[in-house]
Amino acid sequence: MMTLKVNGREHQVDADPDTPLLYVLREDIKLNAAKFGCGLGQCGACTVIVDGKAVLSCVTPMVLLEGKQVTTLEGLGTASEPAPIQRAFMEEQAAQCGYCIAGIMMRAQALLQRNTKPTDEQIRTELDPHLCRCGTHMRILRAVHRAARLMDTADATPAAEGRAR
Amino acid sequence: MTGPSRLVAGIVAVVLLGGAAIAFAIVWRPAIAAIEPPGPQAFDAALVKRGRDLAAIGNCNNCHTVRGGKNFAGGLPVPTPFGTIFSSNITPDAETGIGRWSEEAFRRAMRSGFNREGQHLYPTFPYDHFTNVSDEDDRALYAFLMTRQPVRAAARENQLSFPFNQRFAIAGWKLLFLRHDTYQPDNQQSAEWNRGAYLVEGLAHCGACHTPRNALGAERASAQFAGGDVDNWHAYALNDQSRAAVPWDADALFAYLRDGFHPDHGTARGPMAEVVGNLSSVPSSDVRAIAVYMAGVSRTPTPDRKRQGEAALEQARSSSGPASQANAAGASIYATACASCHESGRPLPFGGVNLARSTAIASPDPRNLANIVLSGVQAVEGERSPIMPGFANSMTDAQVSALLSYLRARFSNQPPWSSVEKTVQDARRAQTAFLVKSPAPHGAPADPQQREKP
Repeated sequence: MMTLKVNGREHQVDADPDTPLLYVLREDIKLNAAKFGCGLGQCGACTVIVDGKAVLSCVTPMVLLEGKQVTTLEGLGTASEPAPIQRAFMEEQAAQCGYCIAGIMMRAQALLQRNTKPTDEQIRTELDPHLCRCGTHMRILRAVHRAARLMDTADATPAAEGRAR
Repeated sequence: MTGPSRLVAGIVAVVLLGGAAIAFAIVWRPAIAAIEPPGPQAFDAALVKRGRDLAAIGNCNNCHTVRGGKNFAGGLPVPTPFGTIFSSNITPDAETGIGRWSEEAFRRAMRSGFNREGQHLYPTFPYDHFTNVSDEDDRALYAFLMTRQPVRAAARENQLSFPFNQRFAIAGWKLLFLRHDTYQPDNQQSAEWNRGAYLVEGLAHCGACHTPRNALGAERASAQFAGGDVDNWHAYALNDQSRAAVPWDADALFAYLRDGFHPDHGTARGPMAEVVGNLSSVPSSDVRAIAVYMAGVSRTPTPDRKRQGEAALEQARSSSGPASQANAAGASIYATACASCHESGRPLPFGGVNLARSTAIASPDPRNLANIVLSGVQAVEGERSPIMPGFANSMTDAQVSALLSYLRARFSNQPPWSSVEKTVQDARRAQTAFLVKSPAPHGAPADPQQREKP
């Protein structure tokens, strides 16, 4: 048994030290935002935040998570009260099939936590490890910029009310 | 003044004057007259094209370009034991580049390390190799550089301490270490071997990284290709001291230099990734020639080293070695973070190399392995190329150290590394710096088709 802290809650998990974090999140804790894509750390769909940094959960064994704080997309906001990054992705309609988006949002979130106003170039470099086959890349880029603005504004006005892009 | 003392004084004066004259002759070179920048139309297109290939073989862009900066505009900080030297602007800008250099001035810089004004250049510019470059190749390189986009970018001030900040000190260095004789073909060898030797010892300046340097920063002739240091990477030994489990041959060298990876050796990373990126775009006959010559440098491995390599491969086959029991954390990390690719059985480039064949793990120094575990391998845009995630975000220095020690015990038959954790700490600091200052490591060749597909 080990204790895993996810989204502010402690979970007692019965897993081997080499079990990938992704399996524990999805199978044991039933948090399904992080996706299984390639299982090789090559596509980014499984990305979560560990102690403020984006981490590929499919190649992260439980042994590395002692005493650390894991955040998944579910920990950022809810459907009724989305976090800025989630709202920005919805407002920009940045998801098509959506499989890659949870991972991309988590890495973008980690980026915005340490850099509140990233440039296009910085966002592109940061999101380089993520694959998206639908091709919504330009919308994703806009969504990250929008999230930066939303986080910057205490009571951000939604896009419908005419915020400039 | 009496007779004898006057004589002594006279001799002393003559000696001093003579010494000064000799020193002056060594230290001083006249400026070569500035020219009007000739403009790109002044050069023959075929000559420029040849110059392009030669510049790629010479890896000129990697030192003379900063990450995110304009090609050949210089400014890259090169750390040396004596301080930091910044690369110069070699675009044809008239004020800050080489726009006013005649071909003669360019050739003199390549041969003897002077700028047009006659000042000594630091030997970070590897003119100790470029003495071997032929006149016609210098002409092609000159034509190529003079037809690039001129970029206005003033040189950055070097950060050197006394006496290394005195350019006349370079004259002494040259006196000790610079040989002006150019490459002489060896008639006992094939034309291909000689072409390879000409390139390796000259323009490609392989020894600048792969040969260890002495206290004054010159390559140690007695230890040619015995392994050196560059940018917090270890440039592996390429002579009979190579730690490759499977000995290099010309075919493996050719594939590695051309594609950037080989199933028996792994993937080119760090500064070498930039070298193979350049070599992917030059005529394959030149890469083949380099491979043929370097295979001769590697020589047939000694029976002892051959046995060691085979033992390492054998040891890796029996997966439940002593390493797994002794280092539980390392074993768990390996199983999830590494084995999914490195034991997948998928061929390179998408599968990982069999780690028993990794030179990084068998190397005397864990630096390269630490670098690669922390930073991974970025895919080359638009190509089938190796890819590996970096683990800097998910592992502490202690955890990376546990993994490195596990890999060493399991996949090599070498003694454990000492001070692994210190190396990992340094690597974490240096990798951050390297990624900030180096040119984009995965710039695709202008035409990706030029790289022969595996």
